[in-house]
Amino acid sequence: MLQKTYENIDSIGRAILGIKAQGVHNKELAEVIYPNGHRAFAQVIALDGDQVTLQLFGGGFGVSTDCKVRFMGKPIQVGFSDDMLGRVYSGNGRPIDNGPELLTDMVRVAGPSINPVKRLIPKDMIRTGVPMIDVFNTLVRSQKIPIFAKAGEPYNRLLANIATQTDADVIIIGGVGLKYDEFHYFRERIEEAGSKNKTIMFVHTHRDSIVEGLMVPDLALAVAEQFALQGKNVFVLLSDMTQWSDYLRQVANAQDQIPANQGYPGDLYSQLASRYEKAADIEGAGSLTILGVTTMDDVTHPVPDNTGYITEGQFYMKDGYLELFGSLSRLKQQVNDRTRSDHRSIMNAMARLLSEAEERVKAQKFGSVKDDYSLRLLEYRKTFQSELMDPFRYLELEDALDLCWDILAQHFKKEEVGLSSKLIDTYWPEKGMFKILKETSYE
Amino acid sequence: MQKAKGKVISVNESLVGTQITQGAVMNGEVAYIIIEDGKRLKAEVIDIKGGNKVYLQVFEDTGWMRVGDPVEFTGLPLAVKLGPGILGSVTDGLQNPLYELGEIDWFLERGLEVDPLDNTKEWYFTPMVEKGNIVTGGSILGSVPEKLFEHKIFVPFSLQENYTIDHIVEKGDYTIDEVIATIVDSSGKKMELKMAFEWPVKQPMPFKERSVPTKPMPTGIRILDALFPIAYGGTACNPGPFGAGKTVLQHSLARHSQADVVIIAACGERAGEAVEVFKDFPELIDPRTGKSLMDRTYIVGNTSSMPVAAREASVYMATSVGEYYRKQGLNVLILADSTSRWAQALRETSGRKEEIPGPEAFPMYISTLISAFYDRAGVEILGNGDMGSLSIIGTVSPAGGNFDEPVTQATLLSTGAFWGLSRALSDARKYPAIDRIDSKSKYPSLLKQEEVSYLLDLLRDGKTIASNIILMGEKGITDASYIRYQKAELLDAVFLQQNSFHEVDGVTHPDRLRSMFEMVKEVIDTPVDIKGKESIRSHFNFIRQAFLDWNYMGQDEAGIEKQQTKLLNLIKHRGYVAENI
Repeated sequence: MLQKTYENIDSIGRAILGIKAQGVHNKELAEVIYPNGHRAFAQVIALDGDQVTLQLFGGGFGVSTDCKVRFMGKPIQVGFSDDMLGRVYSGNGRPIDNGPELLTDMVRVAGPSINPVKRLIPKDMIRTGVPMIDVFNTLVRSQKIPIFAKAGEPYNRLLANIATQTDADVIIIGGVGLKYDEFHYFRERIEEAGSKNKTIMFVHTHRDSIVEGLMVPDLALAVAEQFALQGKNVFVLLSDMTQWSDYLRQVANAQDQIPANQGYPGDLYSQLASRYEKAADIEGAGSLTILGVTTMDDVTHPVPDNTGYITEGQFYMKDGYLELFGSLSRLKQQVNDRTRSDHRSIMNAMARLLSEAEERVKAQKFGSVKDDYSLRLLEYRKTFQSELMDPFRYLELEDALDLCWDILAQHFKKEEVGLSSKLIDTYWPEKGMFKILKETSYE
Repeated sequence: MQKAKGKVISVNESLVGTQITQGAVMNGEVAYIIIEDGKRLKAEVIDIKGGNKVYLQVFEDTGWMRVGDPVEFTGLPLAVKLGPGILGSVTDGLQNPLYELGEIDWFLERGLEVDPLDNTKEWYFTPMVEKGNIVTGGSILGSVPEKLFEHKIFVPFSLQENYTIDHIVEKGDYTIDEVIATIVDSSGKKMELKMAFEWPVKQPMPFKERSVPTKPMPTGIRILDALFPIAYGGTACNPGPFGAGKTVLQHSLARHSQADVVIIAACGERAGEAVEVFKDFPELIDPRTGKSLMDRTYIVGNTSSMPVAAREASVYMATSVGEYYRKQGLNVLILADSTSRWAQALRETSGRKEEIPGPEAFPMYISTLISAFYDRAGVEILGNGDMGSLSIIGTVSPAGGNFDEPVTQATLLSTGAFWGLSRALSDARKYPAIDRIDSKSKYPSLLKQEEVSYLLDLLRDGKTIASNIILMGEKGITDASYIRYQKAELLDAVFLQQNSFHEVDGVTHPDRLRSMFEMVKEVIDTPVDIKGKESIRSHFNFIRQAFLDWNYMGQDEAGIEKQQTKLLNLIKHRGYVAENI
């Protein structure tokens, strides 16, 4: 195809370039050629007559009116091959680990969604060894679920743990707006766990342009989707999607889009959804599971809010603990009836009691908590937190369930826990017969 | 009207500007843009400007489109094909059947169109008119058996004059593409009719005669049927923050509602949720019909990663199909999840059109569109004593869970029942997490009006006492108040809360609802003569335990009588029984 070069640049913005050109395709890939011969990628994002608007991967800084633009006659693509395993790429798809460029097949990026009839109902539990996940908010293959946390919480550690402790065939890390030390941490953890040869990283750090950051999830997911279609169970880790949304906001703003909430574009929901929806258990093939990070201060902020409506739950991390309230796995019901007969019931009972205890915490501030039952609830809450909420305590699901029974028996009478008599007869441990919990006396 | 042609002059995501080169263009008509590889992308005219400029919203991804690409206008508005074969099917927002698309490609590639209804399947048609009969739009020509009922074949609703039947086929098997009747209008012009015809989705189907919704529709969900019911032909909305249980509630309604036809409009929501429905339902037997649940279900899905412009279409598609089955004399329920995503799609398009934005950048006309949508629900009197109804339950997903936003507010104005989902309740695992105090319904309950007030009074008292306990501690209130509080808690725990994943507890038949209510009333009305908070709590704990065990037992299960007696004894056990003193 004829690749024509244009020289008449009209306008240059923060990440946007306007030029007059003909025969250009929407979403076409282009190259900006600097006077010194340096080249940077750009993509067509709007057409109006012969006015073409391009998004600059390298940002607008340093682009001059005497740059040239060459349209490449193809959409954005990313390489795909098994040789990419173990490698590290940037947000424009080039290797940044000093390894060789690979000549690989190219696959499309941000393609259409998979036909829903080709999706399977997710039904395989992923055992993570994290009690708050396995017992209370079970992770299921093909789930899309982020960690909601304040910046600075150890979410990347949990992400790396889950990815390496489970049975993923391929791990793809999409780092958006990573600090260099976070990037380094991921790389180290993956190597320590011996998972390097099944991992591909697409990394955007703060020194790279925001448009490259925007590309990272698309590249990561396009490659992941190909592995999944080949029958692999793929884990995609996306950290941090709040940064990503912020870049989206910046670019939308540069294009004079009318902002909806807090300056975010009106299509924030659709933009996030088209990425997260790539998660799927595919009929006759593999699966794609997405674990993300959404940093936040307040869950009603547009990014966690829109994310919550899209993802299949979230893990809420606070002060280093995985919280029960605020966390949710929408797919847990698909699997937790096939684990152990007490799983669902004890999960609900523990939660109900904890919520009762939370009310007492409020009441405690008024100094009105004096009765024995309320005091026991408060003690129960303490035990719950110390025994179960540590995201880095490793327990098999069955042990974690036994621990729940121990905790209940420690603090309550049988009739106080609201469980069916059948379950109580089977599982209620007598004093001195605890399986996991070290018994202490509260007399 | 001559069909117009044009060329693309601008592309901005799903909004494409075109220059008309010939013919006239109608606002709302469908056009196709033919891109380089020959793919035809479906679009709809949404704006006509000076200088022959016409703006289209494209129902597909606009990547690889160029300025100058040809555009063909169809002269026809966006339409749904109505006829036998809709029930049990799953389509995208433009009525392309997904299973058939799945045979072409794994992915929803753009530019694919498949006939909405199977035109190879033969239906056994029984005529109900004869040559010479006078008919008009909506007259019944005959019927074919479809799944659970006789599907009436109508004269297309758009034909408004009187016509004479010139020819009608014999009883027998026909496909929807075969001519089954020929009619003649007053000027002698002949028209051939088939079993399926099209209807413009954005135009409400006129009611033959409209009536008001007064008969409660049992949903199997106790808190709704007892306290906040929906009626046949009524409307309800369930706004709530994410994670409060909207989806589980919608699925329960889809499974257990006593409607003849259930239409699920999965609009801008997770694909996985629609998948759960259309992969599970074929396996589930509807106890009321003995047939698969899928037989009464139609799913139209434009899930969140499908092209945004088709979201609006999917909602209207569902509504038109609903109106059509109402004309069949059936009770239809539409579950629209979520109307907020539809509103957001309108917001995106409005922004690209550079319209002056209203609150939160939603277009100014959003409330009008929402009201007009819910107004398509209703009860229709069809003649010959037949009635049909269309009920709409719309999910709203307010930003930040804050109900004070344009879409929720417009929806509250347009619907008859409000089920506010609460995160506090879902955190406490009190499902369904429908706010017991703030929710409302103007429709009649399965219980008597005074019984509803009786329960609501107790709930309000319970809430007041609960806040007193937080302030003053259990010791700060009297035993009598504490007993009242425990009764309210018990009512919540054993009657309002329901485990939708449990085979028995997940659905409560009206008869059982009645007997459960009687039992709850027994608890509430029995005076309790116990001193001390600890003992009172323990008394109610035992009752709760026995009550829950009873709830989980099937109506025919061995031991249910015994459990009921045990429960009654517990209630009386330490209750104040005058004759024993």
